[in-house]
Amino acid sequence: MNHPRTTDVVVIGGGQAGLAMSQCLTSRSIDHVVLERGESANSWRTERWDSLRLLTPNWLARLPGWSYQGVDPDGYMSAADVVEYLDAYRRSIGAPMYTGIEVTRITSRGGRHTVDTSDGPWSARAVVMATGACSNPHVPSIAAEMPAHVEHVTPIGYRNPAGIGDGGVLVVGASASGLQIADELSRAGSDVTLAVGDHVRLPRTYRGMDIHWWMDAIGQLDERYDEVDDIDRARRLPSLQLVGSSERRDLDLSTVAANGVSLAGRLVGRSGHRAQFSGSFANMCTSADLKQRRLLDRLDEYAAEHGLDAELSEATRPAPTVTVPPLLEADLRSIGTIVWATGFRPTYPWLDPQLLDRKGRLVHDGGVLPVPGLYVLGLPFMRRRKSSFLDGVGPDAQDLAEHLVGHLACDVARAHT
Amino acid sequence: MTITESNTIDNGVNVEALLGAREMLSGAPAAAQFTFSATNEWVNGTHSRSTVHEFFGLGDQQTHRRPYSVDTDHPGIFASEDNGPTPPEMVLMGLAGCLTAGVASVAQNRGIQLRSVKSTVEGRLDVAGILGIDPEVRNGFGGIRVRFEIDADATREEIEAVVAQSQKRSAVFDVVANPTAIVVDVA
Repeated sequence: MNHPRTTDVVVIGGGQAGLAMSQCLTSRSIDHVVLERGESANSWRTERWDSLRLLTPNWLARLPGWSYQGVDPDGYMSAADVVEYLDAYRRSIGAPMYTGIEVTRITSRGGRHTVDTSDGPWSARAVVMATGACSNPHVPSIAAEMPAHVEHVTPIGYRNPAGIGDGGVLVVGASASGLQIADELSRAGSDVTLAVGDHVRLPRTYRGMDIHWWMDAIGQLDERYDEVDDIDRARRLPSLQLVGSSERRDLDLSTVAANGVSLAGRLVGRSGHRAQFSGSFANMCTSADLKQRRLLDRLDEYAAEHGLDAELSEATRPAPTVTVPPLLEADLRSIGTIVWATGFRPTYPWLDPQLLDRKGRLVHDGGVLPVPGLYVLGLPFMRRRKSSFLDGVGPDAQDLAEHLVGHLACDVARAHT
Repeated sequence: MTITESNTIDNGVNVEALLGAREMLSGAPAAAQFTFSATNEWVNGTHSRSTVHEFFGLGDQQTHRRPYSVDTDHPGIFASEDNGPTPPEMVLMGLAGCLTAGVASVAQNRGIQLRSVKSTVEGRLDVAGILGIDPEVRNGFGGIRVRFEIDADATREEIEAVVAQSQKRSAVFDVVANPTAIVVDVA
């Protein structure tokens, strides 16, 4: 067996979370390495569809010691732009990154963590798992009940309409991914049915400003994980129904329905050649409209309190979701492809399964695992509402780096007593 | 003061107990497995009697305070004796009861005092289905409409939000809205 190389901290993953952590560690003079399975920002290179733009504007991409300096602060980066942005960040911070390294196992014993990799073991006093929230698409078990002729696609495998075979398309899930893919396929001429469950509706802009400007301004993006009522629910919240585009257009159920997408309730079963959808569709739309209205009320209050009414344009509210009665059934014989835009469930195959709960979720308190020296970074609402955003991982990385410094200091103190 | 207000809110729902149960059961998934059951016995014609008494939950056999029975029958226009609601009407009653229980609980949890909650549940049913006249027509309700009339210390928007949430947490709403596998066999 190889003698393990040693360092203080192993960071797993070289995307925005891993790089932000690397910057925080370097600025604290902590010896570390960043292990990346592919090239840096791998999932932005290989697991994003062609037309995807970030949901957040360019200026909202602040990382520790780094921010957008380009010519279009109000635009939205493509995946390739994000790769370039993160590459420039990596070079500027001189991240000690090893690429093409697959982590196979983490073993923690006596305050040291052994990280086995495809390139031999590392021994470290702390490990930060920064492998992202969107690397493993969740496909519900009902997928196994679908007929054999159906092609299954997930957002990380989807590229563009040309890659979709013949026949109608059923898109399951109406968060940003599902809605954008349904919209794109329908515009390209496919016969698209969209199965809609719980969703979060928001306009792209409100009173002339990007919705994320508002959420940043009112402090919603900074809401902390230990301050919200129900953190499990907040972490499960589907991504916002938004699309990044140069015309800053809205994307919601009404707009995709107007473009020819047939709407249905949540996919709940299969009976013979028929897919069955829930009759709860109306309530899903009512709830989303109510929540949107409540948020916009909050924005208006904020504007009034801060004397912004004169600068902002007039408050025009989005119309309630108007749709024809939803489908309760679809004939699966006419469906060639199902796109499962049903969220992501990160997996940690290298980790002791005892660190996961019965649903396979990592047990952690704001990124701090019960085993001293183990950390996770970059999960949805990990410490803040914006934790999984490009702009949100920085403050989380700072917090964890502080905790990590404390851990390493205790560790040294223990070693000397 | 909000705190004083929420102390005086009383819709007769013990929210603390419900939240306690949620807390306890989220750590004990086996105890959360309930089995409800009803027995039914034919009386005569289309008239039968359904009874509930025992159910299983919290890892143990449980009983209602006493057995409850409901007679169901078909109305006179179908040449029956009309000894009780029709079975599909029972479903509407179940839906109304479930949604209203949800409204009371959610309102209590949100500190909203209810004064009156009334609802009407309408199920459109084309009997061409059950009579076998038209195979294209489904047996069940073609659609269900529920209308709540709620008098409460809350804005219209807050009331709408309570009603929306009660649908999201309703067992009968789910049973009616979503398919459920049913196995019927003969002893």
